[in-house]
Amino acid sequence: MGSLASAKIVALPMVEKHSVPEPAVAAVKPPAAEISATGATANASAPVAVAEIPVPEPEPVPTVSLTKVLRSLLAKITRERIITAALACISIGALFLFWYLGTKYRLEFYIRFKNVPTPYEVYQQLTQVGLSNKYLVNIAISVRRILLGFFIALSIGVPLGLAIGKYQRVRDLFMPVVEIMRPIPAIAWVPMSIMLWPNNEASIVFITFIGAFFPILLNTIHGVHSLDGVLIRAARCLGASEFRLFLNVILPGSLPHIFTGLAVGMGVAWVSLIAAEMISGQFGVGYFTWEAYSLVDYPAIVLGMITIGFLGLACSGIIRMVGSLLMPWLAFAPGGKR
Amino acid sequence: MTMAVAGTETNKGFIDVRDMGVTFGANDDKVVAVENVSLNVQPGEFVSLIGPSGCGKSTLLSIVAGFVKPTLGEARLDGKAITKPGSDRGVVFQQYSLFPWLSVRKNVEFGLKMAGVDQSKRNTTARALLDLAGLLSFENHYPDQLSGGMKQRIGIVRALATSPQVLLMDEPFGALDTQTRVVMQEILTNIWQQFKISVLFITHDIEESIFLSDRIYVMTARPGRIKAEIKVPLPRPRRAEMTDTPEFMNLVQELKGLIREESLAAMAPEIKDRGLSGFGMKVGPKGVGEIF
Ligand SMILES: Nc1ncnc2c1ncn2[C@@H]1O[C@H](COP(=O)(O)OP(=O)(O)OP(=O)(O)O)[C@@H](O)[C@H]1O
Ligand SMILES: [Mg+2]
Repeated sequence: MGSLASAKIVALPMVEKHSVPEPAVAAVKPPAAEISATGATANASAPVAVAEIPVPEPEPVPTVSLTKVLRSLLAKITRERIITAALACISIGALFLFWYLGTKYRLEFYIRFKNVPTPYEVYQQLTQVGLSNKYLVNIAISVRRILLGFFIALSIGVPLGLAIGKYQRVRDLFMPVVEIMRPIPAIAWVPMSIMLWPNNEASIVFITFIGAFFPILLNTIHGVHSLDGVLIRAARCLGASEFRLFLNVILPGSLPHIFTGLAVGMGVAWVSLIAAEMISGQFGVGYFTWEAYSLVDYPAIVLGMITIGFLGLACSGIIRMVGSLLMPWLAFAPGGKR
Repeated sequence: MTMAVAGTETNKGFIDVRDMGVTFGANDDKVVAVENVSLNVQPGEFVSLIGPSGCGKSTLLSIVAGFVKPTLGEARLDGKAITKPGSDRGVVFQQYSLFPWLSVRKNVEFGLKMAGVDQSKRNTTARALLDLAGLLSFENHYPDQLSGGMKQRIGIVRALATSPQVLLMDEPFGALDTQTRVVMQEILTNIWQQFKISVLFITHDIEESIFLSDRIYVMTARPGRIKAEIKVPLPRPRRAEMTDTPEFMNLVQELKGLIREESLAAMAPEIKDRGLSGFGMKVGPKGVGEIF
């Protein structure tokens, strides 16, 4: 016992951390090198050593080999996934079948399929008009409007939401305005927006922005509020300044909710954009669809609708993908990602 | 115990709490959580704080950590009044407090990152600490992939990464099962001996407080005061077998007696307030004894 204790004292001065008053950079350096050294000596001398702790086996590091890659790909085709894919095919197939049968037999039971184009007509429309310049330009313009409106909403909504969520005073200042503006649907902004902005393009982007902004803002605020207070306290006593706390704790901690806001915001942005394009637009997919209606070009109406559907799907898919890339830890979170 | 440390230059990490009083709320909802508490932790000493639920243990720890300001008195670290949280005091919480979005290693690096230490230095320090905790092979896992005991071990080394002078621990093993607890206690003693750091440790568990500490403060029921201060003369290093020795047993008995009184005192007011008829019972001629 006595010899052990003295051995400890001899080993101790190596840990010089207490010689430096501030635990900042300089203080941290010495232990960095020595922890392993003291750890090794202690393990050798102290009977109660870390080595005794039953540590579960680490997961084997996968080595790259072709058979393994193939096998892992095969393993991904599980029963579960096959069923999921089959059900997806059935549900989409049923929709097309209903459409096909409805137009083939010209169903008339309250809803009227009389003027609805057949799937084949829409397909022809796609191959003829669809790949024309006009159609593609319309898509490009809509996408540009969405991206502009959405990213402006994101870059105002997220920081403002973080600040409102964190500071009572900011909340007191902004929330009354938010509460009044929020119930006004983006479409109701169309006349005001046309008056407000110098050109048509800006007013449509503005309406898209309004649509995306509130879901992003409110979900960000909610994200900050649902952050566990103990994490903030932990960060504080690890020396996080106010700014670093925001960047390293509050932002990543609210990220799951922010992404919920982004997904919802993107959906509402599309709704608002299409409505705005239909009412006031030149160009854009919404305009394309409405114009087709005015020109009694029925297949083009359906083509426009399907295009909108695909664009919306692609946008929310991208958001989900970026989300899972930025938040890999969610795959392990209790309750899972679904 | 403090003698060994005095030989080295580690005379830092002296916690001094004087005439501390904490009152929450005002007027009608006023709660006196802590009253007239004085306690200290010498540099390199392991001190436990034990007492009935709600007696203000966490409140005291929050003051030393810098989260709460006392109503009366003050807390000092090495002579300097404590006003806000800082990395000179490592804190381990009862709840799991790892950042779920950071890998295990990045969690341990967090304090160093806040201090502006560069990436490669952070990396080596964190890996050395994880090795110490026996969790190096989990460095790239996320906290949600770990068991409760692993999370708390990481919580401890994360708090140590910035080389704090003191470690404040609020029932860190409270959520763990008995087996894991025992292992964690041995790990903690091991780490404490290597770092020669002052520890203020809060617990409900009498055996745990004896096994770990040099000194134990027993608190009264709310409002919390210091009821007794008990030295633990057991030799170091402590081993699991020591819990069967008569010295250990005697200390357990002594503490049990002290705490039982307080636990009863903590419950009594509520029982009195409600009145015994509140339990749907009649107070018999022999009084309360008949009912209990
Ligand atoms: N923020 C607060 N506001 C009002 N009252 C509080 C607050 N924090 C604690 N209290 C009260 O102070 C008293 C002491 O609380 P504290 O959490 O310190 O007890 P504790 O000893 O840690 O209990 P436990 O062992 O159950 O964790 C309790 O009665 C509690 O209700
Ligand atoms: Mg507590």
